[in-house]
Amino acid sequence: MTLYGYRVPMMASLLVWCVIWELVGQSGLMFLVPPLSAVLVAGFAMVQTGTWQSAAIITLHSFAVGMAFAIVVGITLGVLMGRFKAVDELFSIWVNIFVSAPLSALVPVLMILFGMGETTVIVTVFLFAVWIIVLDTRAGIQHVPKSLIEMGRSYGASTFALYGKIVLLAALPEILAGIRLGLVRGVKGVVIGQLLVAIIGYGELFELYSRSFDMENFWALTIILFAAAMLMSAAIEYIEKKVDYYAGVR
Amino acid sequence: MTSSTASIHALPQADSAAVEVRSISKNYNEVEALRSIDLDFPRGKLTTLLGPSGCGKTTLLKIIAGLIEPTSGEVRVNGKPVTGPGPERAFVFQDFALMPWATVMRNVAFGLELKGMGKAERQSIARHYIAEVGLTGFEDKYPHELSGGMRQRVGLARAFAVNAEVLLLDEPFSAVDEQNRRKFQEDLLRLVEKERKTFIFVTHSIEEAVYVSDRIVLLSRRPSRVSQIIEPKVDRTASPDAIRRDQGYLDTVEEIWQGLKHYVD
Repeated sequence: MTLYGYRVPMMASLLVWCVIWELVGQSGLMFLVPPLSAVLVAGFAMVQTGTWQSAAIITLHSFAVGMAFAIVVGITLGVLMGRFKAVDELFSIWVNIFVSAPLSALVPVLMILFGMGETTVIVTVFLFAVWIIVLDTRAGIQHVPKSLIEMGRSYGASTFALYGKIVLLAALPEILAGIRLGLVRGVKGVVIGQLLVAIIGYGELFELYSRSFDMENFWALTIILFAAAMLMSAAIEYIEKKVDYYAGVR
Repeated sequence: MTSSTASIHALPQADSAAVEVRSISKNYNEVEALRSIDLDFPRGKLTTLLGPSGCGKTTLLKIIAGLIEPTSGEVRVNGKPVTGPGPERAFVFQDFALMPWATVMRNVAFGLELKGMGKAERQSIARHYIAEVGLTGFEDKYPHELSGGMRQRVGLARAFAVNAEVLLLDEPFSAVDEQNRRKFQEDLLRLVEKERKTFIFVTHSIEEAVYVSDRIVLLSRRPSRVSQIIEPKVDRTASPDAIRRDQGYLDTVEEIWQGLKHYVD
């Protein structure tokens, strides 16, 4: 983008909003919005505390475990649904319900099933992330060119080789898109899970800071979380772009 | 696998049919695509299946390849009934069917990779056939970096690399532009001469069929049957340009056109 002949660098809009935030904060109009500079200072102090570090580790752990299950189950189910009509008909109604359902409402039920601990959070992450991975994988598998599968069969590929060397790779762009969307949903899942369970990790800190109206720390926590989610999403997007390059012609 | 190689050696007669099609029929639900087709494909010759569009030429080719099950009838390759794809047949696809994430080298060597051949060995075989189809220097390119004609050369090299006796080509030039197609047809003739394999070729272009074929099988409209078998009397020792002006060539094109004309509305 250029403005009055000058090239406006990327992220410039972000700077504009940071300045607006700072001005609103300095004016003291809303006590919910402290100046950005104060938030950053609080953030730097916060990440050095043991409380934050242990919370971050618990959160990352729940997230990683939940996502790992979501990716494995999501791709497996997506492949089966994409290849076998019976499996597709059996599961598609559930996948389509859950992909758009307000899953937060289910978390209290999960708490009854899995207790007030990390398991519930992991299951929440899984449930938030898995459905979009299933749907995207299924779409990817269904779009694998028929001739590529015939090529594999006519050159003597075993079923294992057919999937490992052809089908999964041909569907990789869609699978990666599913994982990227799943990651973003998984971040939501981990926070909502921890908030509702309310005694562990990031959720505990959110609860603590918002109850005591410690807005500097509250916003610092939020910014770190958003930044982490965006970084992960950008990393997958980067891989996606590389894969799209190879999959350019289909 | 061992039994099939054994039968290849057991049948060395040069005049026997490499592929026999025996009363093959194929129905898709209500639609009768092929009705009781009987055909012999002589060893070492290029036979073309030609017919109006939608007549089931490709279906017949894929039945021979073992990719589609016939409703009834039997295909025998070297006297052995076909139950699925086999190493003695290799297929060249209309849309090339190249793996976009793999280089030219890996695509050409893919049939050998699936057979479990070691990397060095399969790459040296692949390199030979990449040279044969005129793609030396493109080994490390990806399919999207190649033109349509070059992509199909990769598909052809892949089929040659597995050293199958029977090559099945499904409208290989239909997605290739006109100028490249002519050059490609000339190269194909050279390879047919050199490789001494049995070729079964599907096309809807009369000129192409007459130009490249030893034998042309004309199929009728659906339900498809063999309506005529023509052996073009074309002197193939002549230069490509001379062949295209040869009286035998022109007469055969005209003869086939007269036979097919009534199928075209």
